[in-house]
Amino acid sequence: MIIQHPLLGPRDSSEFVYLGDASLIDRPDWQAENAAETFYDYAYLRDNPAGENRELWFHEGGDRSWLVVTRNTVTHEISKVELACDVARMRGRSK
Amino acid sequence: MTQVNRLNGGQIDRTSTLNFKFDNRNFTAHPGDTLASALLANGVRLIGRSFKYHRPRGILSAGSEEPNALVELRTGNRKEPNTRATTIEMFDGLEAHSQNRWPSLRFDAMAINDRFSNFLTAGFYYKTFMWPAAFWEKLYEPVIRRAAGLGTMSMQEDPDEYDKGFRHCDLLIIGAGPAGLMAALTAGRAGSDVILADEDFVLGGRLNSETYSLNDDIAANWITQTVAELSAMPNVRLMPRTTVIGAFDHGIYGAVERKGDHLSAPSEGKPRQILWRIYSGRALLCAGATERPIAFENNDRPGIMLAGALRSYANRFAATPAQRVAIFTNNDDGHRTAADLHAKGVKIAAVVDIRPEAPLNGDYEVLRGAEVIDTKGRLGLTFAEVKLADGSNRTLDVGALGISGGWNPNVHLTCHQRGRPVWNETLSAFVPGDTLPPGLTVAGAANGIMSTHGALKSGAEAATHALDLKSDAIAIPTAEDAPVTQTPFWYVQGCSRAWLDQQNDVTVKDVKLSHQEGFQSVEHLKRYTTLGMATDQGKTSNMGGLAIMAEIAGKSIPQVGTTIYRPPYTPVPIATFAGRMRGKEFHPTRLTPSHHWAKERGAVFVEVGNWLRAQWFPLPGETHWRQSVDREVRQTRASVGVCDCTTLGKIDVQGTDAADFLNRIYCNGFAKLAVGKTRYGLMLREDGIAMDDGTAGRLAEDHFVVTTTTANAVKVYQHMEFVRQCLFPDMDVQLISTTEAWAQYAVAGPNSRKLLQKIVDPEFDISNDGFPFMACGNITVCGGLRARLFRISFSGELAFEIAVPSRYGDALMRRLMVEGEEFNVVPYGTEALGVMRIEKGHAAGNELNGTTTALNLGMGRMVSKKKDSIGSVLSEREGLNEADALNMVGVKPVNSADKITAGAHLMDASGPVDAANDQGYVTSAAFSPSLNCYIGLGFLKNGSDRHREKMRLVSPLTDLTVEVEIVSSHFVDPEGERLRA
Repeated sequence: MIIQHPLLGPRDSSEFVYLGDASLIDRPDWQAENAAETFYDYAYLRDNPAGENRELWFHEGGDRSWLVVTRNTVTHEISKVELACDVARMRGRSK
Repeated sequence: MTQVNRLNGGQIDRTSTLNFKFDNRNFTAHPGDTLASALLANGVRLIGRSFKYHRPRGILSAGSEEPNALVELRTGNRKEPNTRATTIEMFDGLEAHSQNRWPSLRFDAMAINDRFSNFLTAGFYYKTFMWPAAFWEKLYEPVIRRAAGLGTMSMQEDPDEYDKGFRHCDLLIIGAGPAGLMAALTAGRAGSDVILADEDFVLGGRLNSETYSLNDDIAANWITQTVAELSAMPNVRLMPRTTVIGAFDHGIYGAVERKGDHLSAPSEGKPRQILWRIYSGRALLCAGATERPIAFENNDRPGIMLAGALRSYANRFAATPAQRVAIFTNNDDGHRTAADLHAKGVKIAAVVDIRPEAPLNGDYEVLRGAEVIDTKGRLGLTFAEVKLADGSNRTLDVGALGISGGWNPNVHLTCHQRGRPVWNETLSAFVPGDTLPPGLTVAGAANGIMSTHGALKSGAEAATHALDLKSDAIAIPTAEDAPVTQTPFWYVQGCSRAWLDQQNDVTVKDVKLSHQEGFQSVEHLKRYTTLGMATDQGKTSNMGGLAIMAEIAGKSIPQVGTTIYRPPYTPVPIATFAGRMRGKEFHPTRLTPSHHWAKERGAVFVEVGNWLRAQWFPLPGETHWRQSVDREVRQTRASVGVCDCTTLGKIDVQGTDAADFLNRIYCNGFAKLAVGKTRYGLMLREDGIAMDDGTAGRLAEDHFVVTTTTANAVKVYQHMEFVRQCLFPDMDVQLISTTEAWAQYAVAGPNSRKLLQKIVDPEFDISNDGFPFMACGNITVCGGLRARLFRISFSGELAFEIAVPSRYGDALMRRLMVEGEEFNVVPYGTEALGVMRIEKGHAAGNELNGTTTALNLGMGRMVSKKKDSIGSVLSEREGLNEADALNMVGVKPVNSADKITAGAHLMDASGPVDAANDQGYVTSAAFSPSLNCYIGLGFLKNGSDRHREKMRLVSPLTDLTVEVEIVSSHFVDPEGERLRA
């Protein structure tokens, strides 16, 4: 596979390490009352779609960026690649 | 032996003669021959014995689709089993042997299987060896395994090198026949970067096997001109002897280039084969078509071949399997073979055409509406029995029979991403469907365009279209353009021992049996009969098998469907996939800066991940590793020892939010750590399980140095980057791995300070007051060399870790040894390191084993509830905090001579020994020179409250039962007085 790195252009997937669902960015609030349940969902429950999926890849053999790759799990077509830190900020994460 | 069946003409170089051996007999050939063509030219038709019935077999095809003519090529450590004679390029001194026969090819004892063929049908093994069950492993399987298979391995190491490489192009053209050459010409002239790959050693594809003219000239001249023009283009790369084996994601293709297979041995220093990964903008499949046979009784005798292959041998290789030949066909292409062979002086006994309206010919007899119903000849064809249109029989006296059932487009690569070929009525064949791998288009015969003109034209058009070129079309050479229709004809009615898959010995009868027993879907048919599951992937057999299944099931072929092809297109040696990653090169070896010093000292090394670490340093006279390790431990605890700990992961953490960041990744607090201090830190996974531990030293307000375990260095760095980028993207913090930048040594023992004081520059006070336990700082040593000093201890002794830039590691180690002589300094390895940490009760990888929590490790109270850290929320789960949760404990034998074994389980002093009564297990064990007995660390239910309890340590697998006492995990200096000294 080829991943279009937003900063470095097309890179072979062998330079990357796969982690999993990009929902891992949405880490719950540790102080919320239902933190035990939300963290349980966060740590263990994943969708397993046949089709478009947003997932986290780490450019270990490159610039060490975490990327959010939108990939079709059926065709392996990659429709979007974003820096995970940008996605995290868009989703309200900061410090 | 002379080349009795050598014809005139052809693309062989008669000015040069090559000698080769087959089954120890000497033959001659010419450059341009394959092993198959050379054997035919020498009058050899019998090549091997079949897989199951040991039937005599010869050559079916002239290409990589060959199911039958498999040989052992070369001898000794270069012996290569199951190699297709049809693709072996001749070289001088070639040696090959037939396979699957004993004692000889002409007389094979196992041919008895053929007599029992009524029993050895599809599913024979499943049905026969069901009972008694115990016999399977001991008797049936070994016997079957011995009888099965074809060639044998050399069992020696492959002496050749294999390589891997990467190539890029705008257009990858797969196949250099008429379509591929025209496509390359079109794209090349337009200036695109082109790779043209073909599995053959000459370019031109099928044109080399035909007598067609192009532009009113012989095709060979057009090929020569075209290849010359392409060779001169800097933007075109020609790759003959290169098989594109698979179509992968995003336009990436795998290809195997055979650099040395046509030589007796690869050139000095050159690889034998190269596995290329080709990144293509677009790709064009011009893989041509494969002829399909017709099944009839005894259609597998040596001498019975595909008609197109006969034509290849005659036209390209100037060879024929026999001087009297018949053709059995259902289409016009079979007649071409007859005409070409006739022109070469081969006697055509008859053309047997199933069509009542078949074209007649003045030069030889055409038997219209006739069928071949049986053949004779024990080791090679002698007679073909023909049923004529009027119902009468006629026997043809022939040494070879060419069969043509039409041509199947080579759709293989179009299926590699789940694409399903579709049925074409005109051709009665599957052609590429709509769901091609993205970026791939198909041209020529592979796309069902069977005429030469059509192939040339479609190649040019496909390249123009794929690259979006200005339609400044180049001239298409004039060529034959006969329309092609193919009427399906798969097998002769009434036949049963008619072979479909000759490599796996599958007959028409087996397909019928499969249907009868309910295995009717193509996927079931394939697995039940093994049709198409041999190394040729059924290139010549699949269609026949599923057509017959369709007929029996009363369905159409498209209704029955087809199985799809997978990579690789043709078999690839495992060595090619391995490339240079063999033996020591399987993974990179990382050496620490003082590796050579350790080697000089005679260290025994151990692999830790990619690292090589000194395990112990034997002295002369020490015959057992325990002697060395016990000495290293005693000497360190008595005076001072030095251990290379460079391999520990080191991560530099800098930024105004660095302390905050560490607070998030460690479960314990770091915000208040003073500059110049180090703290132990435990990292949890988000699920609350311990991930890794280490220390973090604060060198400045905004600068920490984090250490990780050797094994987890990469994983922890990745995790920290995840936390930084994905969870807290606005933190002002930067990370960099500095594992390779610093050589680091533990200097441990009561004299460690005295030793270090000899090398630390005098302006730095490392006395207990000036540099107390857990202090850290930047210092200089040996007169100005920058270094980092940490007062941390893994051994439990007064200890330091000192780091210098990597290039000074070797020098520092040597200096420490010299300066330490007065203290009787000892270098120690990972074994002594392990013994001392067990004696001290420090957890390591065995305890941080992916199942244990901070609570289990006795560090439950470290998990801060006042801050957010990874894993803190889920570490509070009920299930991880039950009253009888496992606690880390020490384990000592009651009888001090007894041994503690890691992996053994703890059971109550009395009562049953079973999983239901399991109380815990031992994770680490060692002989403790300090206590003079074995000791262990382990996890025990509610272990913190069970010190002094007597238990049994059991390992039912090894029949071990030892009486043990549960103790504190801190065997040595539990109060920690030594490390604060």
